[in-house]
Amino acid sequence: MINAVKREIPEFIEGYGKVKPFMGAYANIGDVVKTSVKIKSVKPNDKKVLPSIKDALLKCGIKDGMTISFHHHLRNGDYVLNMVLDEIAKLGIKNLTVAASSIFPCHAPLVEHIKNGVVTKIYANYMSGPVAEAVSKGLLKYPAIMHTHGGRARAIESGDLHIDIAFIAAPTCDTYGNINGVEGKSACGSLGYAIPDAMYAEKVVAITDNLVDYPACPIEISQEYVDYVVVVDEIGDPKGIVSGTTRITRDPIGLRIAKLAAQLIDEVGLLKDGFSFQTGAGGTSLAVAAFVKDIMKKKNIKGSFAAGGITGYIVDMFEEGLFKALFDVQCFDLKAVESYKNNKAHQGMSASMYGNPHNKGSVVNNLDVMILGATEVDIDFNVNVTTGSNGIIIGGSGGHSDTAAGAKLAIVVTQLTKARLPIIVDRVTTVTTPGETIDAVVTERGIAINPRRQDLLEKLKDSNLPIFTIEELKNMAEKLTGVPEKIEFEDRIVAVVEYRDGTVIDVVRQVR
Amino acid sequence: MLFIPGNNPSMIQNSPFLGADSIILDLEDAVSLDEKDSARCLVRNALLSLDFNGCEKVVRINSISSGFGYDDIDAIARVKPDAFLIPKATEDDIEEIDSLISTIEREEGFKLGCIKLIPLIETAFGVEDVFNIIKSSKRIVAVLLGAEDLTADMGIKRTKEGEEIFYARSRIASVCAALKVDAIDTPFTDVNDFEGLRKDAEKAKLIGMSGKAAINPRQIDVINEVFSPSFDDINWAKRVIEAYEKAKMEGKGVFALDGKMVDAPILLRAKNIIEKAKAIGLIKG
Amino acid sequence: MKIVRPAKAGTMESNDIYIMVYPNENGNEIQLDSIVLKQFGNQIKKVIMDTLNELEVENALVVAKDRGALDYTIKARVETAIKRACE
Repeated sequence: MINAVKREIPEFIEGYGKVKPFMGAYANIGDVVKTSVKIKSVKPNDKKVLPSIKDALLKCGIKDGMTISFHHHLRNGDYVLNMVLDEIAKLGIKNLTVAASSIFPCHAPLVEHIKNGVVTKIYANYMSGPVAEAVSKGLLKYPAIMHTHGGRARAIESGDLHIDIAFIAAPTCDTYGNINGVEGKSACGSLGYAIPDAMYAEKVVAITDNLVDYPACPIEISQEYVDYVVVVDEIGDPKGIVSGTTRITRDPIGLRIAKLAAQLIDEVGLLKDGFSFQTGAGGTSLAVAAFVKDIMKKKNIKGSFAAGGITGYIVDMFEEGLFKALFDVQCFDLKAVESYKNNKAHQGMSASMYGNPHNKGSVVNNLDVMILGATEVDIDFNVNVTTGSNGIIIGGSGGHSDTAAGAKLAIVVTQLTKARLPIIVDRVTTVTTPGETIDAVVTERGIAINPRRQDLLEKLKDSNLPIFTIEELKNMAEKLTGVPEKIEFEDRIVAVVEYRDGTVIDVVRQVR
Repeated sequence: MLFIPGNNPSMIQNSPFLGADSIILDLEDAVSLDEKDSARCLVRNALLSLDFNGCEKVVRINSISSGFGYDDIDAIARVKPDAFLIPKATEDDIEEIDSLISTIEREEGFKLGCIKLIPLIETAFGVEDVFNIIKSSKRIVAVLLGAEDLTADMGIKRTKEGEEIFYARSRIASVCAALKVDAIDTPFTDVNDFEGLRKDAEKAKLIGMSGKAAINPRQIDVINEVFSPSFDDINWAKRVIEAYEKAKMEGKGVFALDGKMVDAPILLRAKNIIEKAKAIGLIKG
Repeated sequence: MKIVRPAKAGTMESNDIYIMVYPNENGNEIQLDSIVLKQFGNQIKKVIMDTLNELEVENALVVAKDRGALDYTIKARVETAIKRACE
């Protein structure tokens, strides 16, 4: 069947089930029911601290076919996923589903477990490195399910994704399972992605390298959700967990794009008191923040909030009084971690509060402007951040689709071409975010506004900005690079791309 | 005017989208001796195939005396750049180059005189002789001051404050104004000092230079800001033009604005400001 | 033009192509490695071959390592390498 972004998807996928086709960004919102959770009560005098991961696995009753989950707040410095899977493999367990909110190159050992049948299914919001390549090449038995940050929270809360055991890497944990991410040698700040797991998994195991006496405050994840606590030497490598500071790009083309994007935001009239803003952690996206900051200071604008993944640069803007508050689902650098610990209005948010479309209103709903990246954009404004143009999985939505759906102005900033590959194409290799939620594409050579936004085009009709149609930008790109030959795919589906509402927006097939 | 190394495809293809008015594809100082042929070929092919987004296409050739200059002119003139930037320019060089280009223009069927020249004044003799240099060819549309080589030639220290080049700047600005060509100021070499760049550009503007060369894309915005007409200037100019139009309609030959007579030079200044503003895109043209 | 000795042109920088030319026994041959091999491999080979033909070269082995060069760069680097290989 053909879904609402004109992708051909089967009605049933082996290893996934019956397909609910994507019908529109806002088609599937309304009455929902949250799932119920089976838990085991803890009595007075019960002890939660266990001597090893193996003990925790046995106490949790680990069995073939279970679903286990992990968060990715330790990013490319995470040790926990590998440690847990090693122990599971040693116990001879097979056919597990791993629901990791993101998978990084440091998780390369997972490839072995995939080959050996220990892990046969994966849920992830983002994948890069050897695991992503292995999935793209068809090594995983069942198709991987790629969803969004908000969509994962939705799936967990509705029961679509049932978690048997959640393993929560805890930078600080007390003996009764209260967890925070602001203290300890592996401090990572906000633990937003772990919260749905903690609340809805049948069993929750905290794994910490910083066990402290009870009680440990502040409490990010409460003792009421945690079954067991295991102490290890190190939960991760601090160098991989947070970068020192994230930097604005110095590339002149990136700066040009960023400047145009900031001017666009200004000219459509969004830069006024109460302004809310979110941007990714990449160099060009941060540069947009820098130019927006200049305009805000010049016009003396007081914003309401900045959200995201928070970097030190955004913290600076907050501390300079440009925003009243910060909503933080993960900290990208040490400055953000410090601020999260110390500033009251640097507010944590769970993945659900951030972007779940099926709750009573997530943070993305109040965003004025979102700055997004892309590996490809097509003439329908669909965006691909899941696969490279060679068909291999190099990422995934993360918060892309959620923020695009919520923001008043969703802007994709990208070079027109990258090393001879046109970024603007006829049809993206994979649809991650549907064009109806993307309002503008800003490149160094020009800006395209989605024709659905006649209101924006009206506001910009006397503008000096270089406005083109998306087809014109595509032609500019192709004129430079030539038209690329199409990558060929097998029939086999290696990943299912779910939109934030659980419908299937596209599939990734195995590259020939 | 942004200097771009001529042997670097990445920078050449990105250069037209950095906000500069002119791109100087450099075959001289930015290219090592063993890569001169490579750069020449790359720039030639770039001029043939790339869209320069309305930027002026200028090529800095090697000097005639270096031995590479002739090959540069022969290869590049045939693909019609907008102008050649001539290093260490002398009257004799300019005359010789002018004639070489004329021959090529005829051979290729180009409009005679369509390829312009910009002499680079970077010797003491060049500063003194700039009047004659400009007069030696009708192709000359602008002059660029090269203060690093000039101060080396004179054996003096080059500073950020630029006191040592005050005379050179003034002389060039004056001669250019007299002969109605553009005077372009020397680059500011500390690419991390934006305050210093701004001050330097403002000094040059005050003396009468109409633009400045950039050696790094990050300098472009500051330079453009300094040399663009300000909003106040533009508003003033608009009012002058309006008053002029009104006076014309009423059959009046002379008119006043804000209690002052507006005569021809003031009207011309207002028109130039509007022209410049349109060209930069500050107002819709 | 006849290739008399090996020569090279270009760099391994992004958007450039590194061309090595050797004299070859049986006509023209191209060995291409590229970061966009699947998408543009055929196009790149075509540009190299067209340039060899334009220069009337019939005995070149061209080993190319491409880092996303556009056609004008490929043409220029091949021209330069060929000229260096013929002097």
